Amino acid sequence: MMSAEQTARYVPDRLKSPAARWVKSWESLLIVVALAIFLVNSFASPYFLDPWNLSDASFNFTEKALIAFAMALVIISGEIDLSVAAIIALTSTAMGYAAQAGFDTPMLVAIGLATGLGCGAINGLLVTGLGLPSIVVTIGTMSLFRGASFIILGDQAFTSYPASFAYFGQGYVWWVFSFELALFVVAAIVYGLLLHKTNFGRAVYAIGNNATAALFSGIRVGRIKFILFLLTGLMAGMASICLTSRLGSTRPSIALGWELEVVTMVVLGGVNILGGSGSIPGVVLAALIMGMVTFGFGLLNVPGIVMSIFIGLLLILVIALPIVYGRLSRRWAKGAA
Amino acid sequence: MLNMLLRSRELLLLVAIAALLVVVTWRFPGFITLANLANVYNDTSILIILALGQMVVILTRCIDLSMAANLALCGMVAAMLNFYVPGLPVLLLVLIAVVLGTALGAINGLLVWKLDIPPIVVTLGTMTIFRGTIFLLSGGAWINAHQMSDLFKSLPRGIVAGMPVLSWLSLAVIVAMLVVMRRTPTGRAFYAVGGNPHAAVYTGLDVGYTRFKAYCLSGGFAGLAGYLWVSRYAVAYVDIAAGFELDVVAACVIGGISIAGGVGTVPGAVLGALFLGIIKNALPVVNISPFAQMAISGTVIIIAVAVNARAERRKGRVILKRAEHVA
Repeated sequence: MMSAEQTARYVPDRLKSPAARWVKSWESLLIVVALAIFLVNSFASPYFLDPWNLSDASFNFTEKALIAFAMALVIISGEIDLSVAAIIALTSTAMGYAAQAGFDTPMLVAIGLATGLGCGAINGLLVTGLGLPSIVVTIGTMSLFRGASFIILGDQAFTSYPASFAYFGQGYVWWVFSFELALFVVAAIVYGLLLHKTNFGRAVYAIGNNATAALFSGIRVGRIKFILFLLTGLMAGMASICLTSRLGSTRPSIALGWELEVVTMVVLGGVNILGGSGSIPGVVLAALIMGMVTFGFGLLNVPGIVMSIFIGLLLILVIALPIVYGRLSRRWAKGAA
Repeated sequence: MLNMLLRSRELLLLVAIAALLVVVTWRFPGFITLANLANVYNDTSILIILALGQMVVILTRCIDLSMAANLALCGMVAAMLNFYVPGLPVLLLVLIAVVLGTALGAINGLLVWKLDIPPIVVTLGTMTIFRGTIFLLSGGAWINAHQMSDLFKSLPRGIVAGMPVLSWLSLAVIVAMLVVMRRTPTGRAFYAVGGNPHAAVYTGLDVGYTRFKAYCLSGGFAGLAGYLWVSRYAVAYVDIAAGFELDVVAACVIGGISIAGGVGTVPGAVLGALFLGIIKNALPVVNISPFAQMAISGTVIIIAVAVNARAERRKGRVILKRAEHVA
């Protein structure tokens, strides 16, 4: 995105064995971290290993993770969408408005998804149609969308939602598995297949690595980027339905600051912020890690803002460590040779 | 032609500001009085100082999203020192705020310089860390007006030669930045590093070190703004200036500073900040709900970046004309 310098790459003359690659991969590191946090949490608090508590804990990350999947694709393609939290606010406001006008649940869901799609389309048009840098465009639309929500609501709140609307954020599919958790699993599978098993996914990687080369090899760069912004809007709309249903109310300040948590989740999941690489399993693991850290700290009565220090440190460390490790190992390799 | 375009950038903004003033005056004639405009300037001073710091960082192809959190942390430290160590002179507190801000900026700069971590990730991370640190320091408690010494609160309000000290300070920062950006090697280096990092290396500039300096500068300005903010509003708590980093970036974008680096001027950043400041101050006067301010600044950002992009595109060379048409 911003720093364009590319250092010379080390190109090996043969591939490492698949097993060695897997052991050294980012995802396996995340698995170790996740397991460690899980163990520490279960020793630190006797309440951690309760299925219902764990189920409650999943609400910490499911809504953010829904957006993170689409955001991962956007970031892999070399763009970014900072307006997602504002889309949640505007979508929630639109649904609250409709609920007050007497619409029932199916219509509310349709309005929610449509508003999300509409916001995504605006971002997509500005970025691909006018060729503007996405980081500035989405900072602008972030103010615009949340601002529209403020204009409609001011210091008021929508609180009258139909009873059946509560299912999306409070309902359970089976035993302790909430609707949100099920949606999270489905979305993870869908986005995993989309990114890793389809032409579309390959095109996303190609664009992120070299948009010009992708264009010359016949990929419709603009169209794919537009679709990615649409998807992000759609997922933000979905997250908004869940969040609004769970809270049962809409304020303009709903989901404030979520864009940063979503980006953190994506980057923690091993997606290169400059585009071109990353995977959905990584994002899933990052979501689990962030959810468990938040929940574990919550059980230990650590205030939310102290957790955010930890998340911030985690974000910098997970990016810094591989860089430091890479440098040291190169130095050692040089010393040996 | 190129020079004209660049120059007209500030001219365009001036025209936009003038048009804005005309509209506001048409609805409410009292707005255009000298006293009121001086008030608006004073009210925008902190934003101007921050925007100039952010400008330097953006010029070098980086971004500093931690500015508002840095401001809040330095403001809180100054306020707490003022409360718990009553004997300290206020000027020393200001100095401490500036030094602390510079040090926090240096952390950002070191991470970008030495570890090559993308600036947006670094400053997203330090943003939450700085905010969290305020909570750790203050325990979530507020420092209220009655806990601050009188001089601590009144320093930026003191009137010197008809204007508050706050306004004079921001004017001093503007003048200093004009000199630095136009008349010193460091200022030229900021442009060179952002305009073409590779070429900068070949001319003997250290790209990483220049970025480090940019972050120190923006940190120092954030520290100064931290003291000014806390003393002006006479309160310090964890969430002061939350989200203000986006206003600062917005001021820069409106002022014609290219997010791609290397393009932008001090007058542009100042005018961009003033544009936002005038909107903020004019809305209540013309009976538009202050809740509309966010949506308006969002729209302005989008328009500004669209105008910027058009101005920049003309500079590019089209090497493969046919291919561009296909796209």
